[in-house]
Amino acid sequence: MKILVCITHVPDTTTKISFTDNNTKLNKAGVQFITGPYDDYALSRAIELKEASGGTVTVLNVGLAETEPTIRKALAVGADDAIRVNAEPTDAFFVATQIASIAKQNTYDLILMGRESIDFNSGQVHGLVGEMLGIPSVSPVMKLDIEGTTAKLSREIEGGKEQLEVSLPLVAGCQEPIAEWKIPNMRGIMTARTKPLKVVEPTGKEELTTVTKYELPAPKGACKMIPAEEAEKLITLLRTEAKVL
Amino acid sequence: MSILAFVEIAEGAIKKTSQEAVGYAAEVARMRNTTATAVVLGEIASAELENLGRIGAAKVLQAADSRLNEGNIQAYANVLAQAVEKENAEVVVLAKSSLGDAVAARLAAKIKASLASNAVELPDTSNGFIVKRSIYTGKAFAYTEMNSDKKIIAIKKNVYTPAETENKASVEAFSPTLQEADFNVKIKETVKATGDILLPEADIVVSGGRGLKGPENWGIIEELAGALGAATACSKPVSDLDWRPHHEHVGQTGIKISPNLYIAVGISGAIQHLAGVNSSRVIVAINKDADAPFFKAADYGIVGDAFDVVPRLTKAVKELK
Repeated sequence: MKILVCITHVPDTTTKISFTDNNTKLNKAGVQFITGPYDDYALSRAIELKEASGGTVTVLNVGLAETEPTIRKALAVGADDAIRVNAEPTDAFFVATQIASIAKQNTYDLILMGRESIDFNSGQVHGLVGEMLGIPSVSPVMKLDIEGTTAKLSREIEGGKEQLEVSLPLVAGCQEPIAEWKIPNMRGIMTARTKPLKVVEPTGKEELTTVTKYELPAPKGACKMIPAEEAEKLITLLRTEAKVL
Repeated sequence: MSILAFVEIAEGAIKKTSQEAVGYAAEVARMRNTTATAVVLGEIASAELENLGRIGAAKVLQAADSRLNEGNIQAYANVLAQAVEKENAEVVVLAKSSLGDAVAARLAAKIKASLASNAVELPDTSNGFIVKRSIYTGKAFAYTEMNSDKKIIAIKKNVYTPAETENKASVEAFSPTLQEADFNVKIKETVKATGDILLPEADIVVSGGRGLKGPENWGIIEELAGALGAATACSKPVSDLDWRPHHEHVGQTGIKISPNLYIAVGISGAIQHLAGVNSSRVIVAINKDADAPFFKAADYGIVGDAFDVVPRLTKAVKELK
């Protein structure tokens, strides 16, 4: 089975976000970048599927050269090779176009990615890619098993989950608990250095959205503390002051 | 030109978040000098549908096909694309949800629309079409210019409260063309809590963390939630430990919520947890540790023992009602 895993290169979840250039660019100074946590789940499940029944795992990232350490990490946990589309990923339609283009050149049985990136949180690339390729897309996927050419999935819905079945090929947006995150070992890190990482130029330039400006939320006021012995007062305050009851 | 709102049904009723989407769509329609059409898929009692007029829909398109009673991602995207064409829609508005997100993405590719997800305000149409949306899991906003003719806006909960009128919507039957391939993904089984208030729909959420020490102690959370008419939620460690089901996990990698009131009990307030709840209008933190970071993100705080404080809050709520 051939699996393509699309990963994002995003600020660590603990990052304090700020902007530069008159609020038009992310301030990357001191920011540690990681593989998107949801993408990490997708990658881990892909490696598990490969270990269980063979095949290959190719990692794909749309990003500038700065993302290569993140790609190498994916190779270190067990992906076989990688492709980097050399472009800044600023628009979901543009990114999906790149992924669909790579997928058309190589036939994959399974295209996995996170349910959303944790920078722009749109969660639309898997659906766009599925539609562009004319194959099913499912998200958010919490469980994925392959039996022959059939995928058996569990998708989270509000208040529960649904069990799905579909023939491959398939695009899936993944989330926990689909797999345990994998940590690269020393051998993995050593072999990752020599695994193929192909850099390709993007197809087309069309973007459907442009961010004109970023903004930080207004700072939160001080927390009003209520002594535990007067806890009941909270309910009165929520009713009369905050007006939420 | 018109503005469409995609309406989701839960247990036979129109979801609250979808009502917000209809109201938002009606407001966008006013800005564009046109009307809003609500699209409802599947079979639902018609009285419910006329009522969509009260919150701003001029028309309701209903595809009362039993094959659409279940939320099938591809079929829904296909039907919505046909509704967009039929109504010559410029904008499609929907509420963020597990189904809505997945459908909107496919629809975007079908009709070549730009998609702004997590919108937090009405669009600014004074110069172009700019939507303010929440990014970095609630840590920032991006003003996003939508450059395509067709646009999709997925709104966060609590972004828009529709004004109630006496209007009734005209209900029109709609028979989209469905293909067998739309149902390639087979829904084998749906496991769903019934009767509970769904977390993304809830106006009030009571959430518990590891401070509650074990799943057997969740009674105090459920009782407070019951008294408040709230949904229950939990932190990531709690769902990781299987004390609570995964669909209750709120935070960076769980569900992101934006209720009117969020009450966090025994949750320290790690940045990853706050990311999922910081859009709530009012936040209450209850923790025995006075240094818990949650107090920096909360509006009201109580330093105390949850097992003492929470039952007293429940009692106070019951006395109030």
